[in-house]
Amino acid sequence: MGPAESVHLRFFVRRLAMLLVSLLVASFVIFAAIYLAPGNPIAALSGGRSLPPDSLHVLEARYHLDQPFIVQYWYWLSNAFHGNLGISITLRENVSDLIASRISTTAGLVLYSSILIIVIGVGLGILSGFKRGLLDTSTLVITAISASLPAFVAAIVLILVFAVQLQWFPSLGNGVGFIDQVRHLTLPAFALAVSSLAIVARVTRAAIREEARREHVQTAVSRGIPTAELIRRHVLRNAAIPITTISGITVASLIAVAAVVEVVFGLAGLGAYLVQSAQSKDLAVVQGISLLLVTTFVVMNVLVDVLYAVLDPRVSLGSRAQ
Amino acid sequence: MSVAAGLATAAWRRYRAGRQRRTSPVLIASAAVIVLATFVAVAGPLLAPYNPDLPDLSQYFVGPTPDHLLGFDAQGRDVLSRLLVGARTSMLGPLAVTLMCMTLGSLLAVTAAWRGGIIDAFISSGLDILFAFPGILLAVLAAAVFGAGLLAPVLALSVAYTPYVARVLRGAALRERAQPYIAALEVQGASSVAICLRHLIPNMLHLIVAQATTLFGYAMVDLAAISFLGLGVQPPSADWGVMVSENQQGIIQGFPIPALAAGVCIVFVVIAFNLLGERLYERGEARR
Repeated sequence: MGPAESVHLRFFVRRLAMLLVSLLVASFVIFAAIYLAPGNPIAALSGGRSLPPDSLHVLEARYHLDQPFIVQYWYWLSNAFHGNLGISITLRENVSDLIASRISTTAGLVLYSSILIIVIGVGLGILSGFKRGLLDTSTLVITAISASLPAFVAAIVLILVFAVQLQWFPSLGNGVGFIDQVRHLTLPAFALAVSSLAIVARVTRAAIREEARREHVQTAVSRGIPTAELIRRHVLRNAAIPITTISGITVASLIAVAAVVEVVFGLAGLGAYLVQSAQSKDLAVVQGISLLLVTTFVVMNVLVDVLYAVLDPRVSLGSRAQ
Repeated sequence: MSVAAGLATAAWRRYRAGRQRRTSPVLIASAAVIVLATFVAVAGPLLAPYNPDLPDLSQYFVGPTPDHLLGFDAQGRDVLSRLLVGARTSMLGPLAVTLMCMTLGSLLAVTAAWRGGIIDAFISSGLDILFAFPGILLAVLAAAVFGAGLLAPVLALSVAYTPYVARVLRGAALRERAQPYIAALEVQGASSVAICLRHLIPNMLHLIVAQATTLFGYAMVDLAAISFLGLGVQPPSADWGVMVSENQQGIIQGFPIPALAAGVCIVFVVIAFNLLGERLYERGEARR
């Protein structure tokens, strides 16, 4: 193994260690927040009825409520690790089952949005990066506005135009069958994508402009290398690094914002369920979904980091120089 | 320092660099929108022509009339009056987030840059861990635990945004710390606190103000979303996020004005803050 590989390896190991620490702290915060929440878990379990002391003790022992805080945290974490996230107070079902039945909607929505962001955002950025003129100017203006558009405002505008006026897409619900589900997810996916798409388009455009100005590109131009090859080999390859990372970071951030879009469109996804449980104080569900979303978010951010190190060897060279 | 976070900052700088420099009309328009919104937030209840909370179900979604310029909402309340009164909570929440976040972020950034070594490592890795929480998620969690309302989400968002602010400011503070004039002051025996408060922070002020401006826009989007979800400002209080949610049914029923009007208010103010923040940032960069 050469020095470059060992530097790479050290980077990955350090990143992995940070990932584990982040997840541990995040899970601790989630557990502690719910632990500190006003309200008595026994009262929630018994539905507010007063219990005889014997059954109280039985319940306390079963849910480890008689143990110190840190022991309770440990029980919760190891259970969560085995896929047991407790029981929903309102629905009396396993939180993991409730999550499992809703995860595909959220995953589909985030995936659909990511495709839109990458295809349209990067595409628009590349086009306006290479071609100055009307397209470039209008892209700049439109992205400046849509980068500031909150997802729920984008959602109601899309419903108004495409569901109510044009009636191209449905405005509510999940749909049945693959084609119908995709149709139902189209407006939500656009609403979720719109502001990230604008940011990705602008970063892409700027990255391409930056690369096109560089000396090696100018040299290639003066050597008479054909435009298509110039763009592919000299500009896009270098610009790919910032484009990939900004796409990764924005896609990771969709996970949390998806909740808002799911609520507007009445989608039975994780985020909408999280909000509903937060309102009804179904804290086991809030804990479970928060843990899952934070984990996904952190893992995706680490993947972006690792991808960056793979794409750009200078990352590891930099740390070797120290 | 996590690479993703550093990259986010670098990408953000690129995103800003994409803007062209000349158009000062944009700057004036942004400032005008912000001044107007601030004025309405302060004087809204005095400006409102009608009682914003008085329902009249016979006026359900009645459209604009000369007396009621934006018509009535789902409960027959005057939309314009509710917009004017709702400006207060809609602006106050983001202001609180911005103030708390900038104070905490500057404090952590300057401490980390000044002390260096193990304290810097501790603060920096603490901030990295905090990156694990997306703002909205932390706000929903806080609202679930401590009850819906403006307070819990505001505190949660302040914490969630602090690493983003502190990271940029720490970099700036490190650069400033390396300047010869700081060393000169230290040699003259000035205390660390005095140097930081009188020299280091004032010299970073352009960056702090630019960050605060952009942050306000982000906080506004997230807080409006939280209120829209029913976990922030509680109805019947007038708030722009709440108004979008209360009148969402009108979109499908063919009465889009009440929900759209509140949405447009949010978007205008956010755009104004974002554009102003970008310009301030560019000016700061140009001055360096």
